[in-house]
Amino acid sequence: MTVEELTNINSLINRIDPRVKIIEVFFFSIVVAVSNSLPVLLSALIISLGIILTAGIPAREIFRRLVPVNIMIIFLWFFLPFTTEGKPLFNIGTLAVTHEGLIYALRISIKSNAMMLMLISLIASTPIFTLGHAMLELKMPRKLVHLFFFTYRYIHVMDKEYIRLINAIKMRGFRPGTNLHTYRTFAYIVGMLLIKSFDRMQRVRNAMLCRGFKGNFYTIRNFSFKKIDVISIALMIAILIVLGIMEWTKITYSSI
Amino acid sequence: MHISEGVLSPAILTGGAALTAIGVGIGLKSIDYEEIPYMGILTAGFFVASLIHLPIGPASVHLILNGILGLILGWKAFPAILVGLTLQALLFQFGGITTLGINTLNMALPAVTCYYLFGWGVKKSSGRLIFIITAFAAGCCAVLFAGILVGFSLYLNGDAFLPAAKLLVAAHLPVMLIEGILTATCALFLRKVKPELLESYYG
Repeated sequence: MTVEELTNINSLINRIDPRVKIIEVFFFSIVVAVSNSLPVLLSALIISLGIILTAGIPAREIFRRLVPVNIMIIFLWFFLPFTTEGKPLFNIGTLAVTHEGLIYALRISIKSNAMMLMLISLIASTPIFTLGHAMLELKMPRKLVHLFFFTYRYIHVMDKEYIRLINAIKMRGFRPGTNLHTYRTFAYIVGMLLIKSFDRMQRVRNAMLCRGFKGNFYTIRNFSFKKIDVISIALMIAILIVLGIMEWTKITYSSI
Repeated sequence: MHISEGVLSPAILTGGAALTAIGVGIGLKSIDYEEIPYMGILTAGFFVASLIHLPIGPASVHLILNGILGLILGWKAFPAILVGLTLQALLFQFGGITTLGINTLNMALPAVTCYYLFGWGVKKSSGRLIFIITAFAAGCCAVLFAGILVGFSLYLNGDAFLPAAKLLVAAHLPVMLIEGILTATCALFLRKVKPELLESYYG
């Protein structure tokens, strides 16, 4: 597992308050999710592309991060153009590709990529722990956010444990294959991981209680509302209103 | 299988989010503040374990583990899975923000269902055969239900998704068998090495 954070300190959107960013990405995603007309979705895609460019992430990295979303989208492309009812455009073998089907698949592809680009620009400009603190400030359930903190903190620790187990079986000449022995070995690894996390959590809990843990986290970084936040909120509201109006009035081009 | 952003209609996303909110609420209610650090570490353990890829013929599948998660955590599987999926979206871009609700529901509801259906058998006190059968069934059914739920949420989107949904459910069948074997073996191992984990001491 490679978990690298992509925080680019010098980018413009890095300076926006994380709380503002979370809210903006959230509402942007909702507006895109409910939109259906192609021009609206295309504009959303262009806007999210523009925003991610200001985040200063290398293009290769962006493509790499878009791969998981598009795997499902490609899967759907094998079906939707054929299975959506509508007027047939052309045939592949005995299957007819419909106009509506193509548009539908295209719409989904643009939608998911636009939303994903926005999400990537959020994480690329905010460390995960800062996101957690922002979630607390946004009054999300405290227990849930704390669970988020601890899980994130210990993913790395558990991953190291996992790598140790894998190295141990490799040294003993283990080769994975499609057989019961492989599955049993992996079952034991999963079991061992759970046991290790269980033991560790008891030690950590005791240590924390000894140090007077009362369920609070303190941060030295306080969030503050700055001019750039006001500007970004105003911009985002304007964008969302324009997208909303375009969707409402259903501006369509006869060509598509 | 995560459903990507932008695929499902808003009604399904909202419904999924609402049901997940209820499940997470029930789960969180049973967790004390002091317990959270350790829930987190266990969730991290599951997170890492679910990234393991197993070979199956020429391809490989990754583990879902919602069966054993349900057996150990019960209703707490909801918050654990929600946090896991949030981190997967943030770190690897699997799934997404608007689909968090429905994706959590699709994984966690089968986990809780299996907890109620088979949890009674996966105990230290039950006989070895019963133990193996119920653990196997929990692993199998959790994946099967998850596959059906994913397929069903796609199907709700429109008839055009039906063939894709059917294929998805079919693709879950071999995974289901592997998860069943894995869950049974893993549960047996835990019973031998760390029976407390299975004794709802934690769930």
